[in-house]
Amino acid sequence: MINMMKNEYNLKLTVSSSPHLVTDMSTSKIMRYVIISLLPALAVSTYVFGFRAVTLTAVCVISCVIMEYLFNLMVKRKQTIGDFSAVVTGMLLAYNLPSNFPYWMAMIGSFVAIVIVKQLFGGIGKNLVNPAITARVVLLVSFPAAMTSWPLPGTSGADAVTGATPLGILAEGGGSMPSNMDLFLGNVGGSMGEVSALALLIGFAFLLWKKIVSPIIPACYIGTVFIFALAAGQDPIFHVLAGGVVLGACFMATDYVTTPVLPLGKVIFGVGCGVVTMAIRLFGNYPEGVSYSILLMNILVPHIDNFCTGLIYKKTGKIREGAK
Amino acid sequence: MINLRNFSRELLLVCKTKGKNGMGPNRKHLKGIKVSHNKTTAESETETMPVPPMVYISMTQHIGVPCRPLVDAGNKVKVGQMIGDSDAFLSVPIHSGVSGTVEEIGGFRSVTGGEDKAVVIKCDRKQEISEEVKPPEVKDREEFIRAIRASGLVGLGGAAFPTHIKFDPKNLDEVDTLIVNGAECEPFITSDYRSMMEDTDDIIEGIRLIMKYLEISKAYIGIEENKPDAISLLKDKIETQEIKNVEVVTLKASYPQGAERVLIYEITGKKMPAGMLPAERGVIVSNVTTTAFVGQYFRTGMPLVSKRITVDGSAVRTPKNIRVPVGTLIDNVIDFCGGFRGKPGKIIMGGPMMGRSIFSERLPIVKNNNAILAFTGRQAVIPDETACINCGRCARACPFSLLPYALTRAYDRKDVKELKRLQVMECMECGSCAYVCPARKPLAFTNKIGKTMVKEASSK
Repeated sequence: MINMMKNEYNLKLTVSSSPHLVTDMSTSKIMRYVIISLLPALAVSTYVFGFRAVTLTAVCVISCVIMEYLFNLMVKRKQTIGDFSAVVTGMLLAYNLPSNFPYWMAMIGSFVAIVIVKQLFGGIGKNLVNPAITARVVLLVSFPAAMTSWPLPGTSGADAVTGATPLGILAEGGGSMPSNMDLFLGNVGGSMGEVSALALLIGFAFLLWKKIVSPIIPACYIGTVFIFALAAGQDPIFHVLAGGVVLGACFMATDYVTTPVLPLGKVIFGVGCGVVTMAIRLFGNYPEGVSYSILLMNILVPHIDNFCTGLIYKKTGKIREGAK
Repeated sequence: MINLRNFSRELLLVCKTKGKNGMGPNRKHLKGIKVSHNKTTAESETETMPVPPMVYISMTQHIGVPCRPLVDAGNKVKVGQMIGDSDAFLSVPIHSGVSGTVEEIGGFRSVTGGEDKAVVIKCDRKQEISEEVKPPEVKDREEFIRAIRASGLVGLGGAAFPTHIKFDPKNLDEVDTLIVNGAECEPFITSDYRSMMEDTDDIIEGIRLIMKYLEISKAYIGIEENKPDAISLLKDKIETQEIKNVEVVTLKASYPQGAERVLIYEITGKKMPAGMLPAERGVIVSNVTTTAFVGQYFRTGMPLVSKRITVDGSAVRTPKNIRVPVGTLIDNVIDFCGGFRGKPGKIIMGGPMMGRSIFSERLPIVKNNNAILAFTGRQAVIPDETACINCGRCARACPFSLLPYALTRAYDRKDVKELKRLQVMECMECGSCAYVCPARKPLAFTNKIGKTMVKEASSK
């Protein structure tokens, strides 16, 4: 051998496969953008319901992060709190709760979201269903009274006046219906995050601008709700603005992990969510169906993905024997 | 009428622009990614590096059979003298770029990790030119191909495929298009750009010769839009010299525009499945630097003995373009560029997207090198891999609309059948998927291994 390496290996160079460059968009950066996009809704919520909106969100976020940290520690898994996904889950969970919801119940919700739905299935990227949505559903069936007594705007704390949500009024009667403009701006009773469609849409526009999410699912979801309501002879704008459609469509149904990857799959998912939501609102016992519809469609995602992949590779599926 | 089948395919695969297939301004583009260009050395004119004290000329500088050394220890060699050749079909001769004495001939650990042979020459710095060096005289195609082989030319875009074989396809009658590849889509590298700026006449002459002897009627020079000076310079030359049938095509600045299959599609609209030769589609693709060398060789007769390379990266003190004799050690090159700044953690031969990271700075430059990049700090470490979050960025980045996220899952399961169904063999390892992955998954690497797995399974 030629002795050309007189000072061989003295540099300790990294040898790896190409490419040697990566984009600066990382999972944690994506999650940070989602957090920023959720802030306008928190601001409106604080304005409408008072400072408890902030403390309840903080409780959810902190308990989610601590539970993820402790679980990873317990099962000796690589620490993943740095990716900020637990913060996003905590915020979304809080947005799905009424502002006067007891803190200890919110912590149970965080436990369901982080430990049961996310970590027991393998952590980030492995969960089958949306953690925040599932936690909301669990809380709804466990504490129906606390979950459905909504403080009315401008009242908070011990002397909060509770009342029905606009969808509740629609389903059961009683109370006066807010105008569509009140619904758009957030001057209504309801879960913390879902009150102002405007604030949510501002956040969502930020995500679209940063190219974090695709508009396909929200467009198909909201479009389907609109058309369904129109066909049923009800006010379509009311159905889009009331309840959790905007929050669900823009932030829950666009979660990467639990929604299809391919555009056609996104169309199927969005339309499916819209149909199930409206079916529950019009024919079901519950006044609201967003959580159930997204949960149901989450479970179908592997099948939707397989179906779409099959469509691509059936036609061009002939394997070229060029390798021989 | 809307074609439903096409419509659903469009929906499935997300196409960036709409339009009909084939030539014309409305033609659909293949997907690509935006990478930061980092072409900091674009305006640095090529400096000729002084002859190093020693050169180590590898006998494996092309795809195919390695050369047999034609010299022995103690022999005197001159610039342009042939020092290695082989009788095998897939091979090209190797020449010395320095004058001096052969010190020894032996094996060394090559970039790929295997063992290659090298001729070590102690340079006398007189740079005496060999009597073998004289412009070739050719009358017909056969002699042209023979002259190209004798020049030691290989594909200088990086592939190192023997050019005389590329210029001599079985179905030459059907070849009617020459594409000169000046896309240079890799970040950092500017050696092709410098070639277009400095060797413009040689490029034009090279195109003329290739078109004449291979009887090709139409030539395109494809250049990315981020090199407006090169585009206008070549356009001017073509106009003032009234050259017919040569057209400069401005390409979108997107990676991997310079990949052969992408370039052919973008310029001619012809689709190329993996494993197909461009000649089967009536096209020959030649890199600008390769084409410039053809022109230069027929002018001077000097075989391929030196290379223009871009030296850049965060660990290089003064990045620049330099011309070095083939066989120069990388640390001599770096010393000429002011040495290292900080402790380099990674050195790459070629571009950062498809180049090869090497294990030592004491390896020789070979013919197909177009850049040496050295990096420190964050750019030099392998990023931490996290779990896939199903975002689909990889599928949106792939020029051939593969599904890298699904491929890597199939690879994790070692599921060869699924890899085959998802057409892993179509992957050209451009690295776009791995570049955009927010979870930092080495998708190009797993595809590479996936392809080997499929090949092994089908050869059983």
